[in-house]
Amino acid sequence: MSDTAATLHSGDVHAPDNQRFYVPGDHHPENGTLLGFWLYLMSDCLIFACLFAVHAVVGRSYAAGPSGADLFDLPLVALNTSMLLLSSITYGFAMIAMQKKQVKQVLVWLAITGLFGAAFIGLELYEFHHLIHEGAVPQRSAFLSSFFTLVGTHGLHVTFGIIWLVTLMVQVSRHGLTVENRRRLMCLSMFWHFLDVVWIGVFTFVYLMGVLP
Amino acid sequence: MSAGHDTHGHSHGHDSHGDDHHDEGVPHSTLKGYTIGFVLSVILTVIPFWLVMGKVFESSSTTALVILGFAAVQIVVHMIYFLHMNTKVEGGWSMLALIFTLVLVVITLAGSLWVMYHLNHNMMPSLHDMKNMP
Repeated sequence: MSDTAATLHSGDVHAPDNQRFYVPGDHHPENGTLLGFWLYLMSDCLIFACLFAVHAVVGRSYAAGPSGADLFDLPLVALNTSMLLLSSITYGFAMIAMQKKQVKQVLVWLAITGLFGAAFIGLELYEFHHLIHEGAVPQRSAFLSSFFTLVGTHGLHVTFGIIWLVTLMVQVSRHGLTVENRRRLMCLSMFWHFLDVVWIGVFTFVYLMGVLP
Repeated sequence: MSAGHDTHGHSHGHDSHGDDHHDEGVPHSTLKGYTIGFVLSVILTVIPFWLVMGKVFESSSTTALVILGFAAVQIVVHMIYFLHMNTKVEGGWSMLALIFTLVLVVITLAGSLWVMYHLNHNMMPSLHDMKNMP
């Protein structure tokens, strides 16, 4: 997508009329990419809605196995939540630095965001390892299957967010805050904050309500 | 589609025009906005954890309802302060997509719970039914 934009970029002013695929003077949506990315996030939201619905239905089917109250370590979840919340605000600082066109500041805040994200993933993997070690594997009960699917899908999203973030750090350090890089940073901003929104649902619905008797 | 618009937008020269776009289409991030959002979400996160870990309410369903309420408020806070959601972004199309998605999410969640609850309820062989079985 962005490659297309980059290649078209140099020649579009002199492009012959039959190659223009917009009506000249049409000024409607200026940032089509951002709206499109928002639509992607909304479809992602539906994936999570389905996983939440599954957990709502089978979240108490323990099959005589361990329950949420037996398994969940709430202080660890609280720590995990704070990691993600802190990474949200540090990404916000990166966006503010981007508006001020301070490349170095942007890179520093992105790096801090990435570290918080990595800490989140690290804690989650530690938790999963601990659960599997105790025999609470996804095959154990419907509750554990849906738990691992829901939390794992969120963790996978965060992992890909971190990969995207590192890629953008390389891009920004090489090419600076070009129009394209700013657009990409804004998309990642939406993605990252969206994952935080999903996590609100996860810690409330899966963890906190899971330990209630 | 979007690539076309982008090329169009940027063909008039780079940074000066790009900034105009910022002010129109994309909301301006401010330190104040992020700080307010962060403080609010910390408060809205700490209270549910305290309610559950401190066993403040006797009944589970009260606790569940209260923490779900806090989660809903926190999601709105994140939408406004972090995702810069308002009715003007992208000429209102983002908000429209969000509302549409929320309708689908509510149908998915409420529908699944409703159907599966009644399914469980009706499929459960009660003692009375067992006695009458051939």
